[in-house]
Amino acid sequence: MKPTLTFLLVSLTVAIMPAAHAQDETLNVPRSIEAGSAFSIQNAGSGEAALYIVGPGQVLKRTVQLGTSTYFPAGSICNAGHYVVILAQGSGTTTRSFDVTPVSVPANLSFLAKPSRLPVGLHDGITGAVYVFDVYHNLIAAPTPVSFELSSPSGAVQKQQVSTRDGAAWTAMDSTSQQGSSKFVAQAGDVSSTNIIRQVPGDPCDLKVSAQPSGQQLDLQTAPVRDCSGNAVPDGTIVTFTETYPGGQSTVDVPLKRDIAEVKMPARDGATITVASGVVLGNQIRWGK
Amino acid sequence: MLKHFALVCASIILASGMVAAQPVVTVDTSQLKGPRPLEDQTKAAAIRDYLESWQAMNEAFQQNQPNLLDEDFIGTARGKLADTIDEQAKARIQTRYHDRVHHIQFLFYSPEGLSIELIDDAEYDVQVLDHDKPVSTVPVSARYIVVLSPAEIRWKVRVMQADSK
Repeated sequence: MKPTLTFLLVSLTVAIMPAAHAQDETLNVPRSIEAGSAFSIQNAGSGEAALYIVGPGQVLKRTVQLGTSTYFPAGSICNAGHYVVILAQGSGTTTRSFDVTPVSVPANLSFLAKPSRLPVGLHDGITGAVYVFDVYHNLIAAPTPVSFELSSPSGAVQKQQVSTRDGAAWTAMDSTSQQGSSKFVAQAGDVSSTNIIRQVPGDPCDLKVSAQPSGQQLDLQTAPVRDCSGNAVPDGTIVTFTETYPGGQSTVDVPLKRDIAEVKMPARDGATITVASGVVLGNQIRWGK
Repeated sequence: MLKHFALVCASIILASGMVAAQPVVTVDTSQLKGPRPLEDQTKAAAIRDYLESWQAMNEAFQQNQPNLLDEDFIGTARGKLADTIDEQAKARIQTRYHDRVHHIQFLFYSPEGLSIELIDDAEYDVQVLDHDKPVSTVPVSARYIVVLSPAEIRWKVRVMQADSK
């Protein structure tokens, strides 16, 4: 009984092997193609069948003559992805799958830079992230060199060269010491994308006030207010003058006008006058006795 | 007693059916790059919204209704999926995507917080129907690269692109 069973199993295996081989040849699809390129699918047999190519990125259906090769011209499948191929004849189906890969040449960049406005002189204050796409807006997952370049109004340039990982790359750069608009450019291959970063003066630095008597009043005036990099602090920035005297205190907020803040305050004997802008304190003046 | 037993059986069958409908999901953040930390709440929201996008995709492809993509997809992904649905409708094809497994690996959280990139080693079944008749159901294993963008109240899929594992 045992030898008979073994014989049957061997016979069955031998009988199945050519059939399985033939099954493999019934539908011959490429393992992968580049997006947008032409390709062919070969099939064996005779008669008419329906050929489906299915994926979330694209769906195609063709009526094909078995035993022939079905040609798909360039541009038939442009969306990168994993596709299932089904050859259906009557109730029988044969399935395969293949990948459509992105074109390796960058054609589109999605470049986001933040912030669009920031103070000068901030370490790693500007960040940029880029995704690299091909001509069909497929994300190019293969490592692709990307250069980031931040040019300041003075002409100074910061450069960084990075490689994408799964289509993405990022960088962080310092804001420059000079106020004005900077160009932040990301480039991959021949394609580039630009963001404009507005760099504004930082907090006032070395705030100085002087006083001149004018009758019963004091004319108080700051020196031109600059940030620590020497950029003029914008007009409208509030400067606070505080006069503290025996028995009281008075405070006046004054916006900068042409880099200077000025105000008249009563000249009181024994008064102390201070000046501040934001968290920055200036010098102190004692008046009278 | 018999009624009680039947009720318990029905509950088990229902529960097993519900469990079977839920894909198995694993999440890995060890490969995350970028200067911005991915908070647990953000991670949970991104996963929830991404998994929901598969349900939306399935319904949209099954019903050939591109507008069902609107809540979960945006930009390139939405456009490409909607085009595919149009192709399906013209050929009178429907597809069903039944996702069984998602191994999600977070790759990149952009510094400004406006995109999350992840890889999903997904396993799912694609069923193709032609003129409402089932043609075939094919099990698929594919590696999806996905980019999510924050919208008004949720993360939406901006890029969804697969290749073989």
